Amino acid sequence: MQTEYINAFGIIIGVLWRFWPVWIALILVMGASFTYKKRLGLYGQLFDSGVGIAGVFICLFWLFTAIFASTISPFDPLAQVSVMKDTLPGAIEPASKLVYYFGGDKLARDVFSRMVYGSQIVLIIAPAATGFALMVGITLGLPAGYYGGKIDTILSFLANLVLAFPVILLFYLLVTPGIMDTPIPYAMAGLFFLFPIIFFSVLFWTRFKNRPDRLYILLGITLILGGWIYVGLVFDKDPLHIVHIDPNQLNIFVAVVFASSPGVFRIVRGLTMDIKTRDYVAAAQTRGESPWYIMLWEILPNARGPLIVDACLRIGYTTILLGTLGYFGLGLAPESPDWGTAIKDASRLLRSFIHPALPPTIALMSFVLGLNLLADSLREQSMKD
Amino acid sequence: MLSFILRRLGTMALTMLCLTLIVFFLINLGPNLKKLAISQTEMHTSAEDLENWLVEHGYRQNFFVRYGQWLGVLPKQPITDPATGKPAQRFSFCNDPVEPKFSGVLQGDFGCSTKFKTTVASKLFPALGATGLLMFWVLAVMVPISLLIGILAGMREGSRTDRTLSVASIASTATPEYVSGVIFTVIFASWLGWLNGSAASASQGITFYNFTLPVMTLAIYGIGYIARMTRASMVEVMTQQYIRTARLKGLSFGSVVVKHALRNALIAPFTVIMLQFPWLLTGVVIVEVMFRYQGFGYTLVEAAGNNDIDLLLGCSLVSVFIVLITQLISDVGYAFLNPRIRVQ
Repeated sequence: MQTEYINAFGIIIGVLWRFWPVWIALILVMGASFTYKKRLGLYGQLFDSGVGIAGVFICLFWLFTAIFASTISPFDPLAQVSVMKDTLPGAIEPASKLVYYFGGDKLARDVFSRMVYGSQIVLIIAPAATGFALMVGITLGLPAGYYGGKIDTILSFLANLVLAFPVILLFYLLVTPGIMDTPIPYAMAGLFFLFPIIFFSVLFWTRFKNRPDRLYILLGITLILGGWIYVGLVFDKDPLHIVHIDPNQLNIFVAVVFASSPGVFRIVRGLTMDIKTRDYVAAAQTRGESPWYIMLWEILPNARGPLIVDACLRIGYTTILLGTLGYFGLGLAPESPDWGTAIKDASRLLRSFIHPALPPTIALMSFVLGLNLLADSLREQSMKD
Repeated sequence: MLSFILRRLGTMALTMLCLTLIVFFLINLGPNLKKLAISQTEMHTSAEDLENWLVEHGYRQNFFVRYGQWLGVLPKQPITDPATGKPAQRFSFCNDPVEPKFSGVLQGDFGCSTKFKTTVASKLFPALGATGLLMFWVLAVMVPISLLIGILAGMREGSRTDRTLSVASIASTATPEYVSGVIFTVIFASWLGWLNGSAASASQGITFYNFTLPVMTLAIYGIGYIARMTRASMVEVMTQQYIRTARLKGLSFGSVVVKHALRNALIAPFTVIMLQFPWLLTGVVIVEVMFRYQGFGYTLVEAAGNNDIDLLLGCSLVSVFIVLITQLISDVGYAFLNPRIRVQ
C-alpha cells in the first residue's frame, strides 16, 4: 500500500498545532511576567533584554513540553507501526489517520513523539542532578573556603582528583551494566543523597537554635521528607511506593552528580575565600556567631549571584553529559526516547536517512542554548547591581 | 619558581597514583572480570571454566599484588601451564616473560591488550600519533578563529558586531560535538556532497575531503568558549588608562588595538586554551567514534567496551597525564607571561 503524505506547509501547521497546550501556558506565564516584571526582582529584570526574553522563552517552552508531553505527542514513543518504517516526514498512519510529522525511524516509531517524550527525561534528570551537585559542592566548599588549612587541602585534592578524570572515561567506568551488581552505585547514592538532609538540618539548626518552636517543625519536616525520599531513592523501599527510581537511572544520576559536584565545590570555595574577608563577616564573628551560621547565613546568600549563573550553565552542561551518555549507549535503556540515544541511533544511518537525526539534535541544541542565553543575561543583570 | 614546579610535579605523581588505583579497582570488579573471561574463552564455557581461566591467567591474585606488578614495583610472575606444569607465558602474543621479572609501567612496559592481541605500547602510541595530528589541525583552526572573534567583539563593547558575535559564540558553546557532527554531516556530506562523512580513510593519508568534518566538529565547541574569554579579557583591557593615553596621544584606533591592547588581552586566553585540553579529550572520543577515525578516542572506547584491562589503564594514564600537564603548563605559562606575577 502506498503511504500518503501531507505537504511541508501542512507539517509546519500541524506541529505548531500539536504544541497548543505549550503556547497557552507560555502566553499566560510570559504575559504575567511582563505585567509584573517590576516586582519580580532578578527574574523580572530578565525581561529587559532580548537575550533574556529568548532564554526564558526557550527554557519555558521545553519545560511545558515536558509537562504536557502526553497531550502533545500523537503516538506512544515506544510503539512500532511496521508500515511506517523509515517513512519521510508528513506520512499519514493508515489506522488512526494521524500524521508522523517528522517521519518514522528505523524501528517504525514516530520521531516527533520521541522528541517530545525525550524532553521529559532530560528535564527531570538534568535539573535534579544539578541540584544535588550544588548541595554537595556547597556543603563541602563552604568549610573548605572558610576554615582553609587541612580540610581545604584534603577536599581540594579530592576535587582535583575527580576533575583530572576525563568525563568520558569516568562514565565508561561508572555507568556499566556490571557495576549495578556491585554495591558501588548504591553506596555513592547513599553518600550523595545524605548531603541535602545535612545541608537543610544545619541551615535550620544554626538559624533557629534559640527558637525551639520553629526549629522542631522545620527539622521535623526536613528529616521526615528527606528520610522518606532517601529510603525511596537509595534502597528503593519507599513504604508508600511513590518515590521510585530505576537502578540504571540511579546509576546515571549518581555518575552525573559525581562528575559535576567538584566544579561547584571549586566555585563555592573561591567565593567563600573572597567573601570571608568582608566587614559583615567580621561583624558576625565579633557578635560570636558560630562558624556554620556565618557560612550558611552570611556568606552563602552573598554568593548567590554567581551560583545562580553557574547553576544555569551547569544544567545545560548536564544536558550535554546526558546526551553523551545516550550517544555512547551507556546507562539508558536502548529504546529510551532521550535525545542522546536518538542521536546515536540516527547518526549510524545518516547515509540513507537524515530526517530522524535532526529533531533530537535541534531539540538538545536549542534547550542548551536557552539555558546559556538565560545564564548570560542573568550575569549581565547581576553585574549591574 | 623551581620549587613551585617541583611541588606541582609531586602532587601530579600522587594524583596519577591515586587515579590509576581507582581505575584499576573499577576495571577489576567481579562482573568486569567475568565479562573479560567470557570474551577471551570459547563460546558456551561453563562458569567453572571461566573461573579457571581467570585463576590461570593470574587475575585472582591479591589486588595490591597485581597493581604492584602493573606499576612495576613487584615482579611479574609467569603463569603455570596446567598441561606440563612448567612456567609459561601469560599471553603468548605479547612475549610475556617466562621468569619473574620487574616489568611494569615504571619500566616502560604498559602490558598486554587482550582485545587487539598485541602489546599496549604498539597499539596505543600509533593511536596517540593519529590523535595528535587531529589535535594539531583542530588547534590550528580553533585558536586563530576564536581569538579573532573575541578581539573583534571585545574591541568595541556593546556594538552591533559585539552583540552578534557574542550570541554566535553562545550558540557554539551550546552545540556539543555529537550535535554539530550530525548537522555538519547532513549539510556537507549528505546534502551538498562536498565532504566525506567518514574519516576511516584518513589513517592512510589525510586530505581536505576526509579530514575537514572531524576538525570542524571538534573546533566549533571550543571556539565559542575561548572567544568569550578573549572578549572578556579584551573588554577589560580596553577600559585601562594606558589605552586612553595612547588614544589621546593621537594614535589610530587600529594601532592602539594591535600594539597596546592585544599583548595584554591575550594572557587570559592562553590559560583558557590550555585548560581546554581535558574538554578536547572528551570531544576527541566522540568525534573519532562518529567519523570512524582510528585514534586515541577510538582505542579508548574499544578498550572500555571489551574490558581490556591493560589497554584501558594505559589510556587512562595517558589522558590523566595530559590533563595534569596542561594544568601545569597553564600555571607556569601564566606566571611567565604576566610580568606582575613574574616579578613577585
